[in-house]
Formats: sequence, structure tokens, C-alpha cells
Amino acid sequence: MIDARAKLVADPFSPDLEKSATRDGFGHGVVEAGKKDERVVVLCGDLSESTRAEWFEKEFPERFIEVGVAEQGMATIASGMAAAGKIPFIASYAAFNPGRNYEQIRTTAALNRMPVKVMGMHAGVSVGPDGATHQMLEDIAMMRVLPHMTVLNPCDAEEARKAVVAAAATDDTTYIRFGRSKVASFTTAETPFEVGKALALWTSARPKVALLATGSMSYNALCAARDLAADGVDCAVLHVATVKPLDEQAIVSAARAAGRVVTIEEHQVAAGFGSAVAELLSRECPVKMAFLGIHDEFGQSGTPEELIEHYGLSPKHIAETAKRLVA
Amino acid sequence: MLHAMALSDAELEHLDTQAEAIRETVIRMLVAAGSGHTAGPLDMADIFTAFYFHILKHDPRNPGWPERDRLILSNGHIVPVRYATMAHAGYFPVEECLTLRKFGSRLQGHPERTCLPGLETTSGPLGEGLAQAAGIAYALRMDRSKSRVYCVTSDGEHDEGNTWEAVMFAGKYKLANLTAIMDRNNIQIDGHTEDVMPLDSIKSKYESFHWHVLEVDGHNISAFVDAVGEAKAIFEKPTMIVAHTIAGKGVPDIEGDYTWHGKPPTKAEARKFLKEIRTMGGKVPHEYA
Repeated sequence: MIDARAKLVADPFSPDLEKSATRDGFGHGVVEAGKKDERVVVLCGDLSESTRAEWFEKEFPERFIEVGVAEQGMATIASGMAAAGKIPFIASYAAFNPGRNYEQIRTTAALNRMPVKVMGMHAGVSVGPDGATHQMLEDIAMMRVLPHMTVLNPCDAEEARKAVVAAAATDDTTYIRFGRSKVASFTTAETPFEVGKALALWTSARPKVALLATGSMSYNALCAARDLAADGVDCAVLHVATVKPLDEQAIVSAARAAGRVVTIEEHQVAAGFGSAVAELLSRECPVKMAFLGIHDEFGQSGTPEELIEHYGLSPKHIAETAKRLVA
Repeated sequence: MLHAMALSDAELEHLDTQAEAIRETVIRMLVAAGSGHTAGPLDMADIFTAFYFHILKHDPRNPGWPERDRLILSNGHIVPVRYATMAHAGYFPVEECLTLRKFGSRLQGHPERTCLPGLETTSGPLGEGLAQAAGIAYALRMDRSKSRVYCVTSDGEHDEGNTWEAVMFAGKYKLANLTAIMDRNNIQIDGHTEDVMPLDSIKSKYESFHWHVLEVDGHNISAFVDAVGEAKAIFEKPTMIVAHTIAGKGVPDIEGDYTWHGKPPTKAEARKFLKEIRTMGGKVPHEYA
């Protein structure tokens, strides 16, 4: 059953559930952060409308910096601004930020310990019609291997807002991943959010499998849990918004209780979220695992729904995978 | 450390003496380290001396002083000259220079801000310093700071796109509190800059990106100080000072048979000469020699 402590919307499975893109959460969150702290600045690489950076620009024009289509410049200029006391958010598509400017982020932000906040938009295959070039599937891998880097992957717009506000309040170098398409808004303002803490969405007295998901895949995992319960398979669902540092205690507990784990991410399976979980569990609590995600291939054009279905990330696929693992 | 800009004869003599002492320290530290870059540190000794002993508003006992001027080193591989100059200026004991590149040292092979107070940035990967300097200049201007930002760059790192992104940015936002310096020694790892990837005319390139450009003899401390003074008087644009230098300046054995300002050497000549410079005539092993 749904874990009441998650304080989700009244009926997360309602067909009328509101939908919103996580990038909208960035827009709201960064305006909120800007109101709280005048050191917050936003740099954008010629994508202010689609990244929602323009919401900040409208509110704080003097703290919005247009750098043009220049992601390497954006990252390094931001590092300089951080060195002079600002808290810079840099916004572009994840394919270019951190895809294009990886080494700049590595050297001038992470190694240099600057509070640069890297906002990777349009991540995952759910970008849709733009196709493989713009469907970033390697960003979590690139960012989580960097020392000093915090990696957040919020599940809906409300949590994305909280993640942005939380990131602005620390001196950490942070990566946050956002999606383009509208996804279910199933958490609320009261839903707990803390960097480094996973959130139990669904619990069972005797779970046979734990579904560990990140980003908007956590909603699909929750839907899969409902379907599994209807078929008599008890499971647990843990939403892991912080991919680094992992909530080791919560993940190990979930694995120990269920004995089987399915990881779900809209990202390459190699070196991504599932790999991070496997690194932890192989050390602390080896269990049988299945990995849902993109398996060593690039995306393609299509609607977000078609692509989520094609790459095996729908609630139906998650439930089928869980059943195979339990069988 | 406040100062008048123009140099008296006595001040100039003092700075020349300092520059020589800094060159000696650079050579001692490179020999002790057994690896590292030689040409750039030697040819930038005069300019670093001018910065730390005359131009910069700074306090060696309080490296984080908010009102300090910022000196950003973009081409981090020449950091021995910065370490040596900082030590002579009183940031840390000169003898610590001999720990360069050794395990546990604050003097990392390429500069790391978090290891040694006063470094401002972490650098080494080329083409990133000017953008960071521009970001610092932009942020300082937002805060109405009177501090100035100086950024030392190499000519070779102007091959990097990241550099030109910063050049455009600083020009667009009229960052008049930013002065960049190019160590125009005409060499990079694979040879003469104009063979590897032609850069001329640097002056017209920067001017077309809305910068003020000055060209000076990088070994004439007076001329360099005057150029920095002129940059301060330009209120609408950032300034680039192209400092023409001789690679390895100050060490007769490795100072060229020919200067790098005139007729370019052949590729083979350039390689042979570069090897001499990088090894200081065989004294310092070098990974790119």
C-alpha cells in the first residue's frame, strides 16, 4: 500500500492527475531560491524559454546572464562567479550540460570545490521527437563519478522545485536532472525531501521484491506496485532522488527485507543509478537484481509514451520484470 | 600594498633584481622537481614580478582579503613562476618551493586553489581561465567592487574554443575591470604556434571582439606596468595586453639562437629548439621533450 508518510496526492492513480514537467519545477524553484538569497544567479545558453530560466530572468533581470550557445563558457564563467561569491545555476540541455562541458565542470567546479549548480534539462528518451542527439542518457554516469558532486534526479515538478531550493542552500557542487515532457504530479508540498534521503512510496508487510527507481520512473514503479499487488505480489517502492550520495541505509534495508531488487532509470544501465545500487548491494547485501533502463544503445524519435514503452520502462514492463525475478 | 603606477628608476632596478631572484628559484625548483614546464615560467618572470611587487592590490598575510585584485593563471602549467613569485612576496617560505610536484606538497604540479591560499582558481586544462576571470569580473561588478581582475593566458591556449567563448562574453558585457595578458612566446608543445594553428593577428581578432588591445615587450617591466595603467583608463572595454616574450628568457643556454618574433623556424628547427628549452639543456627531464 501507499506509504502514508510520503504524503502523496489523495489519489495518485487518478486518471485526472495533474501533469507537469520537472523543468517547470526548476523554473519555480530557482525563482524561490533567488528570493531567499540574492547571491543566486542564473546563466543560460540560449535556451531560456525551454529551460524555464526565463522565469528567473523576468523576476531578476539583473541576475540573469545570457552566455549564448556556449556551454563550456557557461560552466567556466559560472565557476568564476562562484569564486566571487555567487551561487550560479547553469541551465541547458543535459546533452550539452554536462555533455559538452564535462571537463570544465570537472576541473573548475568539482575539483575546485565551487558551488556551481548544473541543471541538465531534456534528459532521457522522453524528450521525444528531437531524437537521439538530444536524449541524454549518460549524464548520471558522468556526474556521479566526479568527487565532490551531488547528483539529484527528482520525480516530479514539485520535488524538482524542492531540489533546486535545497541545492541553492548549500556550497556543494550539484547536478540536477530534469525532463522535458509532462509527468504525473504525485507528490505534494508536504512530501518529505532531503538531499541524501530516499523516499518510501509503497510498502508491504512481507515484500518479495523492492523496486528502486529514480526520476520520473518512480511514478511508473508506483503504478507497477499497484498492479503487482492486484496480482498478489507484495513489493516495496523506494524513490531515490539523490543518486549521489546514496541513502545507503534505506537501500540496504529495502534489499534485505525483499531479497530481490529491480532498479528503474531513464538512463543507460551502464554506470547509472542501477549500477550505483549494485555497487552498494554487492558490498553490503548481495541480492538478485534486475536492471531496467537503456541497454547500451541511443534513443530515437517518437512520442515520449512510445519511447518509454519501446525501451521497456512502462509500469507493465516493471511489473513483468518484478514477477520474473520473484518466480 | 597600494602603489603608484609609473615606475621610478630605483623601483625598476628593484623589480629587475626581484625578477632575477625569482628566475633562480624557478630553476632550482624545476631541477628539484625533476619534471615540469620550463619555458613559460622563465619567460613570465618579469610580468609576475611586476604583478606581485607593484601592480596588484593584495596582502600576502591575508590572501582572501575581499578587496584584493584577482590574478587568474589560465595556463596553469607555468605555475612554478607563480609559486616562486608568491614565495618571494611573502605568501610562504621560499624553501617550500622545492616541494613542487612532490607527494604531500601544497605546490601541486598544476595549481589547485584548495591546496594553497592565494591561487584564486584551479587550472591546467587550457582555455578555461579567461572565462573564469570573466565570471569573477562580472560578479565583482555586480557587487560594485573596485577590485580588478587580471588573467594570464598563453598563446597556445587560444586554440581552445572555450577561450573564444570568454572573449565574446567579456566583449559583450564590456568587462572593463578585466585585463588579460597573453604570453606571446610563439611556441606550444608541437612547435611554433603559427605552424600548429595560426593565431595572427591576435590584435585584430581581439579588437573585432570589442576588446582594447596593447602590445608590449614582455621583458620590459616599465612598458608592462604602463600598459596595465592604460588598461585601467579604458572604461568601455576589457583589455588584452599581448606580451611578446622569449621562451626560456634569462637562461643563456636555452634562450634562442633566434628570437621567436621574426622569421618562423622550420618545423624541425622548432622541435629541436623546444626540446632544448623544455629540458633546460638536459637538466630537467620533460614528458613532452
